[in-house]
Amino acid sequence: MPQGSARAPAGGAAEAVSPPRAAAVAYDDRIVKMFLGAVILWGAVGMLVGVLIALQIAWWPANLGLPWTTFGRLRPLHTNAVIFAFGGNVCFMGIYYSTQRLLKTRMWSDALSRLHFWGWQTIIVLAAITLPLGMTQSKEYAELIWPIDVLIAVVWVIFGINFFGTIAVRRVKHLYVALWFYMSFVITIAVLHIGNSLVVPATLFRSYPIYSGLTDALVQWWYGHNAVGFFLTTPFLGLMYYFLPRAAERPIYSYRLSIIHFWALVFLYIWAGPHHLLYSALPEWAQTLGMVFSIMLIAPSWGGMLNGLLTLRGAWHKLRTDPVLKFMVVAVSFYGMSTFEGPMMSIRAVNGLAHYTNWVIGHVHSGALGWVGMISFGTIYWLVPRLYNRPLAYPAWPTTHFWLATIGIVLYTVAMWAAGLMEGLQWRQISDTGQLANPIFVDIVHRLAPFYWLRLAGGTMFLAGMLMLAWNVLRTVRGPAPASEPALPLAA
Amino acid sequence: MAENRESGGESEKGYGQFHRRVFEGRSGVFAVAMTVVILIGGMVEIIPMYSAKAGPGRADWVTPYTPLEVAGRDIYIREGCYLCHSQMVRPMRAELLRYGEWTRAPEYQYDRPFLLGSRRLGPDLQRVGGKYPDAWHFEHMRDPRSTSPGSVMPRYPWLLERALDPEDVRASVKALQRIGTPYTDEDVAGVEASVGAQGAGIVASLATAGIEAEPDREIVALIAYLQRLGQDGRRALVRQAGQTPDPVPARPGGGGQ
Repeated sequence: MPQGSARAPAGGAAEAVSPPRAAAVAYDDRIVKMFLGAVILWGAVGMLVGVLIALQIAWWPANLGLPWTTFGRLRPLHTNAVIFAFGGNVCFMGIYYSTQRLLKTRMWSDALSRLHFWGWQTIIVLAAITLPLGMTQSKEYAELIWPIDVLIAVVWVIFGINFFGTIAVRRVKHLYVALWFYMSFVITIAVLHIGNSLVVPATLFRSYPIYSGLTDALVQWWYGHNAVGFFLTTPFLGLMYYFLPRAAERPIYSYRLSIIHFWALVFLYIWAGPHHLLYSALPEWAQTLGMVFSIMLIAPSWGGMLNGLLTLRGAWHKLRTDPVLKFMVVAVSFYGMSTFEGPMMSIRAVNGLAHYTNWVIGHVHSGALGWVGMISFGTIYWLVPRLYNRPLAYPAWPTTHFWLATIGIVLYTVAMWAAGLMEGLQWRQISDTGQLANPIFVDIVHRLAPFYWLRLAGGTMFLAGMLMLAWNVLRTVRGPAPASEPALPLAA
Repeated sequence: MAENRESGGESEKGYGQFHRRVFEGRSGVFAVAMTVVILIGGMVEIIPMYSAKAGPGRADWVTPYTPLEVAGRDIYIREGCYLCHSQMVRPMRAELLRYGEWTRAPEYQYDRPFLLGSRRLGPDLQRVGGKYPDAWHFEHMRDPRSTSPGSVMPRYPWLLERALDPEDVRASVKALQRIGTPYTDEDVAGVEASVGAQGAGIVASLATAGIEAEPDREIVALIAYLQRLGQDGRRALVRQAGQTPDPVPARPGGGGQ
């Protein structure tokens, strides 16, 4: 960890002018630590379930013969755990830490902060109980049954009031770019969640959506694609805008670029949903709109990537020694790669091959592991020594974690690309006699087995890295506090 | 932030003053502007779905699922079948050869929620109705490898044991009626009888294959649903082509030999 200078020159904006220790504000770092704990716990659980379901695909007896451990019930548990439990808690951790510092004020209400924390963890526990029991609405990333959906809406409003309340009592006039992205997260997720969760309950555990058929599909992918856009992209871009300049000790490359790519991103993302329904019976015009806007999305996405990468101009040498920057640079690079791959896969002809195959799984994970995972790890390794005012218990481990995770992601995505291309091509291959060249579906499934094992290896490496992080943070937190001089003057 | 403004160097001097004044200094204006911007795309795409001309369209040759099929569909959702099996045959030659006719929009009109799926770990099921006998599905759920050697699907033996609760099925049918699925009040009142009659048909067809099954088991409902999949569309297309309609009854016997 960099035992760096007291202030990042212009990096995280506000602090450059007056470091927090000089200000009379007592930031609420307790809430940041609580979310950090949740990140460690749910991250490990969510990724462990991911490894289990990857094993189930390679070796079916791993379904364990029990209703609540079959792939069909655990897959939603995995996606919900890594997106909302791991990813969500990372966002909240980073937002609570940086928002207070960017606005030079404590969170508006400590009580709402705690309600938000415990409400969110309650939702996660309820999800972990109901999903294995088969209680689901079946919409991807919106599986939770309607009573939990109501609770999510309530907790989200609590978070929103606290966040905008803090903005209202801020002691800095202008809002730094990270906060724009946080605002888009708070507002858009509320709109998407409510819009996609409108149902008529049949029982306490079951409901039916007010939309039917292809309209329901369109609403779901309006939600689903923008869960990627506004849950896994914009808040993490906000974290990038705060933590990357802090870690690199350089100001953001371009203010102009941040304005342009922010507005373009939030406007264009919403349109892209129908690319999940190409070649379906959805009206052609809607499919085409989805495809065109997906392709346009490459520009604002790469705007964000470039603004992140170019922030490192003049600081590239730090990559050699600083694992935090290693994580962040690879994260931003994966963001660039998957936001190139996504638009490409949205081209109708490419989608005809890629849709329904492992390629999509590979694409999702290059974004989820490569972008979300790596930026989260970098943020955590930067944050923990400052939060707890002591060096990491195992300062060499983050570098090992970095290589484990990076190689793990590469194995994962390469295996899934190969598997996806193979099955996509074999499904469609026509023989000289005009018949299917591979008429038996399960034959193709079997040829994918080596790739499934390779994917499992990659995922296991990524999980191992997560466990290293968990143990490192745990030992750091439990370790002895520094006796005299704080190791890191930056810590608030 | 002054340093933020300076971050781009000389070339960006003075840039973004409007943005700073109007948005960054006034969070309320910023939030409202952003809300408007994120609403546009969704509204332009979703609202026309309710127009007869621009939307996916409806047809009278599609009928709602029977109560037993609704129950089977709920089981299909509970077990997460849609996570490995799609219900969407794309208009491509290989898909027509492998699965049958591509899916027409009205075929989904009573689907709440939609179950198009996003991954084919197993084959598409849009046209699986009538493709195999009831007994095949029974054996397949008990042990997928008995009917599809080499399959990686888990076993679902509990479907053969668990019983359906008619009141639970009625609650589903009632909720669907409330949203607009054209069930009559008689349909809701007659759920138990309808479930019994359709279930008896499937039990009888299983018996011809030497399988003894109770009519109130979950497997019976799931078979009813699977045998219904794609049938309305298939029959309509056959009729349209001027051929004799498919003799296979989808309802109420659960169809498909």
